[in-house]
Amino acid sequence: MDSVPHTALRRRIAPEPARDAMADITANVAEKPLIEIENVSFYYGAAQALKGINFSIPEKKATALIGPSGCGKTTLLRCLNRMNDLILNTRLEGKITLHGRDIYAPSTDVINLRRRVGMIFQKWNPFPKSIYENVIYGLRIIGVKKRAALDEVVEKNLRRAALWDEVKDNLHKGATELSGGQQQRLCIARALAVEPQVILMDEPCSALDPISTAKIEELIHELKDTFTIVIVTHNMQQAARVSDYTAFFYLGELIEFGETAKLFTAPEQRQTEDYITGRFG
Amino acid sequence: MPAEHTDKRYEEELKKLRQNILYMGGLVEDQIQKSVKSLVDRDSDLAQVIIERDHEVNRLDVDIDDLCIRLLALHQPAGRDLRFITTGLKITTDLERIGDMAVNVCERAIELNQEPQLKPYIDIPRMAQISQRMIRESLDAFVREDTDLALKVCKDDEEVDELNRQIFRETITYMISDPQTINRAIKISSLSKYLERIADHATNIAEMVIFMVKGKSIRHMKDLPPSV
Repeated sequence: MDSVPHTALRRRIAPEPARDAMADITANVAEKPLIEIENVSFYYGAAQALKGINFSIPEKKATALIGPSGCGKTTLLRCLNRMNDLILNTRLEGKITLHGRDIYAPSTDVINLRRRVGMIFQKWNPFPKSIYENVIYGLRIIGVKKRAALDEVVEKNLRRAALWDEVKDNLHKGATELSGGQQQRLCIARALAVEPQVILMDEPCSALDPISTAKIEELIHELKDTFTIVIVTHNMQQAARVSDYTAFFYLGELIEFGETAKLFTAPEQRQTEDYITGRFG
Repeated sequence: MPAEHTDKRYEEELKKLRQNILYMGGLVEDQIQKSVKSLVDRDSDLAQVIIERDHEVNRLDVDIDDLCIRLLALHQPAGRDLRFITTGLKITTDLERIGDMAVNVCERAIELNQEPQLKPYIDIPRMAQISQRMIRESLDAFVREDTDLALKVCKDDEEVDELNRQIFRETITYMISDPQTINRAIKISSLSKYLERIADHATNIAEMVIFMVKGKSIRHMKDLPPSV
């Protein structure tokens, strides 16, 4: 028999939530907030994609953003490291702070922000270089040259991304020769190598098989000890499995935000209930 | 009622689960009513029929469990559906136990019918009536998602408990005054206990209904909340 316990058993049991169910949705989180989203609206040209969003993302927890297509969850995720800056004719109103600092302030160094807030995409995107070079890419850019330091970073982050044992003998093999799931974990290692505080994940498993998905989900549980994770997923079971908090969006509005266990068993809003039970539309 | 599920087959199975639970509830209610009738009318043949019919209750228990497990495995329900299905699993366990209690009542009835009647049965049918009403109302509360009615069922349990205490005192008096009555008095005391347990199971069902509707548990609370 396989002696490795089931991933679900290895998870730490979340503490009992406070029994103040009817409190304001933004007050559902007792944890220390890392990212605070205050009255954020976002526009693609004239189209409003987010409507006055308010909530806080707690530190060293996984927060899932769920909702039907076009609800604004990916837009919000991309606001968190200013990825939307790259799209022409977009506009953000409101305020997003990281550790209390406004990330849209003119003084914000966007490159530095994206180093602190890393991102993993739906389709893995390693550089057409070796595994080793992919992991240290960020460090090369900021000028780290010492071989021993780089070696250490490669091993540490491949271990963090649960990929080390599979690739340690072939570090100089091309990254694109890896399987899809391995390439996605390599991208995670690459994101971790620059020591971010937050990792944004946009449907990181939607193109992976169940085994690779389980590995990434297990990884998310381990990464939570060190990093704050925000994950967008269409897979509600995945949101339920990996996150501590869940935010449900619909038509650009935040409908409900709270503890994942509560939101998936007894949500407070009818629209959330209809969505998670598959009664939408 | 909530909007229809986008998956029609799932919706049908949820409906089927609801119907099966109600059917099982109706059957169990009838079992109790007839078991007490067999006692009051001293009709051992009826008692035997009721004992044999318990297998139908047991079969429904197994069928409903299977249906719930299938729904959980295939649809990974969440929210109200999850609460409904898990409540279904627990309700059927209580209903099955109530069915067993009705069998116990019949067994004692058959034994008591072989001896002269100790006393006219007045409080026992009264207890049976209340317990039966509690089951019916707990299932009505389940169907209508009526938490006020469920809370009423929980409160009614005290009335049955009081009748049980009263019958216990009364049967003790019989036993003290005439040891010849001990055998029958103990059986009457057991009957009272069975009916008291039936009311407890109905209370469990009502508590689960409150969880199903509101998503919060009132079980094992020292005092019942005035409202939910």
